[in-house]
Amino acid sequence: MKNTKVTIAGVEFKNPVMTASGTFGSGMEYGEFVDLNKLGAVVTKGVASVPWPGNPTPRVTEVYGGMLNAIGLQNPGIDVFIERDLKFLQQFDTRVIVNVCGKTTEDYIDVVEKLGDTNVDMLEINVSCPNVKEGAIAFGQKADALYNITSEIKKHAKQPIIMKLSPNVTDITEMARAAESAGADALSLINTLTGMKIDIYKRNFALANKTGGMSGPAIKPVAVRMVYQVANAVKIPIIGMGGIAGAEDALEFMMAGATGVAVGAMNFINPYATVETVEGIEKFMEQQNINDINEIIGCVK
Amino acid sequence: MSQKKKVMATVVEQKQLAPGIFDMWLKTEIAADAKCGQFIGVYPEDKSNLLPRPISICEVNKEESMLRIVYRVAGEGTEEFSHYTAGKEVPVLGVLGNGFPVEEGKGKKAFLMGGGIGVPPIVQLAKELDCDKQAVVGYRDNNLFLKEDLEAYAKVYIATEDGSVGTKGNVMDAIAENALDADVIFACGPMPMLRAIKKYAADKGIPAYISLEERMACGVGACLGCVCKTTKKDHHSHVNNARICTDGPVFLAEDVDI
Repeated sequence: MKNTKVTIAGVEFKNPVMTASGTFGSGMEYGEFVDLNKLGAVVTKGVASVPWPGNPTPRVTEVYGGMLNAIGLQNPGIDVFIERDLKFLQQFDTRVIVNVCGKTTEDYIDVVEKLGDTNVDMLEINVSCPNVKEGAIAFGQKADALYNITSEIKKHAKQPIIMKLSPNVTDITEMARAAESAGADALSLINTLTGMKIDIYKRNFALANKTGGMSGPAIKPVAVRMVYQVANAVKIPIIGMGGIAGAEDALEFMMAGATGVAVGAMNFINPYATVETVEGIEKFMEQQNINDINEIIGCVK
Repeated sequence: MSQKKKVMATVVEQKQLAPGIFDMWLKTEIAADAKCGQFIGVYPEDKSNLLPRPISICEVNKEESMLRIVYRVAGEGTEEFSHYTAGKEVPVLGVLGNGFPVEEGKGKKAFLMGGGIGVPPIVQLAKELDCDKQAVVGYRDNNLFLKEDLEAYAKVYIATEDGSVGTKGNVMDAIAENALDADVIFACGPMPMLRAIKKYAADKGIPAYISLEERMACGVGACLGCVCKTTKKDHHSHVNNARICTDGPVFLAEDVDI
């Protein structure tokens, strides 16, 4: 029996495959397509202390090899989330990682504290959403701001925290080091790349928000490069994401240094992508005679 | 509630109905669960265009496991579809959305209203509705499509913007010119038409079920891309933003802020 288990900050996952926040809701919608029990973890859509309405439409548009989104973190707030979404997820034999968003440090702490009393496995702190005007990205683009919020959250969190990093920075390793030195247990990267599309017939922006976050297969080389850089800059584990469509992509991220991998926008294109990635990794291990998936993590130096 | 699937469908036939308007029959197992007002996601083969294209169901043939879609070429994806011929395999996602509540029309006098590329779902609606059916449909000019299909199930009134066929003007002008009335409205079409219908229905005190559209990514309710403003709290996020793909695409007009 091949070992596909990986451990991140003391939490063991049956396999390294997760869902990227915001692309999988809380699993209810894609539970119609895939068996959630087969996933390493479900990483939920961002949840705030109160309901957020999100941005005006259009919120999504297609670009070459990917898409732009500016959803603006529409979510029902932590109370409904715990009562409904968490109850749903607890039926499954998979790890649950909750993505936490906020406008202020207090917002984040409020959500983190409420989740402290639940059996959620880990918290992913969203300091990198490019589509909301306050909070989020403001904490994720300056090393000192990232350091401060990470250490504040760490004081209140009962579960291990993953800081989700933005690629929209000059040097992502500087951000990674700041999060690590502030006590982050793990890092996830990359969030979306800020982009823009103009509708030349309407002479207007394709998105109501003007800019949006780019995701999809077109961003994968950028994400792999950043995972590699960060893996060489910090000691804490990394969850890699950005354009993963299947096992081959996921394995690239792992060889670059990621312990976990997340399927994001490709869920929209192939609703079976997560489970196909799990099965593809097993097949690759069989073919390549790899006994333990941990052997390949960061194997490319 | 049927299970959603992504499956390979096969093109049975395709023809052009009017400039830029194509009519395609697809053989697919998801036809078994389809009903009027629902839609499917159709995936382009060109991998630079990744997202499924949401296209309304024009007709369902359950006996032969076939779905008919009538769509307008609006970009690279639909342009690619328009070249497909019989035997072509096409990935589709479906069936999506809730469709028209045909039970709300039973025994009543209904307007079935379609505008432009909003006409196609009205055909299956006309087939399924069990009531006195008046189809009021609007087109830009004399390039009509699906008129005969509608005539098989409903009395048809036409409006054209240029006045070349039927009433000159829009569907509301056709109602006025023909002095029509109804107890319930079912409609699909451009936003100005749906706004006029919402106002008309409110003035007359009758329910109007309108089918909305918006830019979509997943089509299954996960991404929260295709929301519309609602007058009541939506059940997903509790922020008066319902998901058109899963909570709709058909809404009671008074429940949405359009």
